[in-house]
Amino acid sequence: MVTSIATRQVYGETLVQLGKENNSIVVLGGDLNQSTGIAGFAKEFPERFYDFGAAEQNMMSVAAGLASTGKTVFASTFAVFGTSRPFDQIRVGIAQPKLNVKIVVTHSGLLTAEDGASAQSIEDLSLMCALPTFTVIVPADGPETAQAVRLAAQTPGPFYIRLSRPATPIIHADTYSFVLGQPEQLREGADVTIIASGPMVHYALVAAETLSSEGIKAGVINVATFKPIEPSVITSAAQNTNALVTVEEHYIHGGLNSIISQITAKHCPVPIEAIAVNQYAESGKADALFEKYGLSSSKIVAAAKKAIQRKTEAK
Amino acid sequence: MNPSNNQSVSLEDLVILAKNLRKTILHTIHRAQSGHPGGSFSELEILLTLYHRIMRHKPTDPSWRERDRFILSKGHASPGLYAVLAEQGYFEEKELLYFRQINSLLQGHTSTITPGVEMSAGSLGQGLSFSVGVAIAGKIDKAGYRVYVLLGDGECDEGQIWEAAMSASHYHLDNLTAIVDRNRIQNDRFTDQVMTLEPLQDKWEAFGWHVIQVDGHSIEELTTVFEEAKTIKGKPTVLIANTVKGKGVSFMENNPAFHGKAPNDEQLAQALDELST
Repeated sequence: MVTSIATRQVYGETLVQLGKENNSIVVLGGDLNQSTGIAGFAKEFPERFYDFGAAEQNMMSVAAGLASTGKTVFASTFAVFGTSRPFDQIRVGIAQPKLNVKIVVTHSGLLTAEDGASAQSIEDLSLMCALPTFTVIVPADGPETAQAVRLAAQTPGPFYIRLSRPATPIIHADTYSFVLGQPEQLREGADVTIIASGPMVHYALVAAETLSSEGIKAGVINVATFKPIEPSVITSAAQNTNALVTVEEHYIHGGLNSIISQITAKHCPVPIEAIAVNQYAESGKADALFEKYGLSSSKIVAAAKKAIQRKTEAK
Repeated sequence: MNPSNNQSVSLEDLVILAKNLRKTILHTIHRAQSGHPGGSFSELEILLTLYHRIMRHKPTDPSWRERDRFILSKGHASPGLYAVLAEQGYFEEKELLYFRQINSLLQGHTSTITPGVEMSAGSLGQGLSFSVGVAIAGKIDKAGYRVYVLLGDGECDEGQIWEAAMSASHYHLDNLTAIVDRNRIQNDRFTDQVMTLEPLQDKWEAFGWHVIQVDGHSIEELTTVFEEAKTIKGKPTVLIANTVKGKGVSFMENNPAFHGKAPNDEQLAQALDELST
């Protein structure tokens, strides 16, 4: 049984299936097509695949033009080249007229590792969540990626889906059913709830297991849809455990911690600890970067204990 | 009535119409006390030629699938396009009264909320890329429509124009015609002072385009070269339309001050007077 798979690989395979089912799908790439996983689609459907080279601004505006004619457009590159570089083209050209463009990026966050700070997108979710018409999804694993990509293809409007480079652990069974906008309670807790996104969900589950061995009951929630988000699962967890930890592979401002803090501040303020990136990082192995920049499971365990301590002190 | 690429309006009447639309544009911008008269005047004959002589389109059905597409990349020159769209019947002329006002159909920079507007613009440099997307869709669907995109000359400062130019010839988009409104003035000053564009024809040719120079205020000449562009196979065509910014009003012509400034009451009166003779 496969225990881990790269979400970009799943994306590429899903696109080929979708291409067979829906001939309005057109895929655009920018000279990174093996890496992003869309080369399979290019091979299978050459008449519906266009490469724009290292020119992402052009690629995004072309995507808008294609979508204006009724095409369902997927545009893929690395996270940094698919967000911050062509942001104005996305904002004016895709977001404002609400065009049917799916920006699916790979190589996001610190997991991009050895390529260093320029390649490690830690701002992309802040940027994309700042666009009012965009749906923003960070799948936790392969099965969730397949369903999110399929759902994006079937749902009109702009989508941003954030994927990773390395193979990451599979969390969901094949029977899993992704519901857009709905946070997923993966593990029930009583003392604290760890709310995580993307590949960090795995680290949250590992941390919860460690906490359990120490007698602390930690719940785990997977937030795959950043926007729009249905708050009830989050508010219930806040009310039931009165202590939260957010865990994301992204800069602390404008990502998961910001979203969860907005929800709880409005509905049920409780102590929240954040595991997130706080500065630009550097080249290195992913494990070493996670350790140095505070994203490891042991850091999550410590943050959970701190959140519990804060709620105890507040009583 | 339409698809309206017939020649029902005579050349003489189109020349009179151009004068009247310049008055409409002046009133529109004067009422809003903001907007861009200079580029709206320089582009006007190009728009009239396309909508009256060249394009197949249906004002009563703006999303008709087989329509030829016109994309205004220099979205600030919206009053010129709005005047033509209203004249064509895409929306009622009274909408012009509310240009740039709250709850209006007519935004300061073109937006797809307006019937007949294909692309939301306002950030320069994006329209050629958008048009490449529309042209590629036409190729995929084996549709017969043609794509026309109007660029400002100052807009050609944007690097994205040249990314798009490269990709249009790479994909042999002979269903695409770009027009550069070469009025030689951009926001602050003359284009030569801000950023050298020449040799502009050589640049487009080097990027793989068929290039035609044309008097951008001659409907007759424009009609001829738009027809020529339809016959060019295997590559896109660009018209370098030599125009006069502020064309038709003496104190606006070749005057950078009227790139993005509304006339005051006195200037309006004088301009209307000139356009009535």
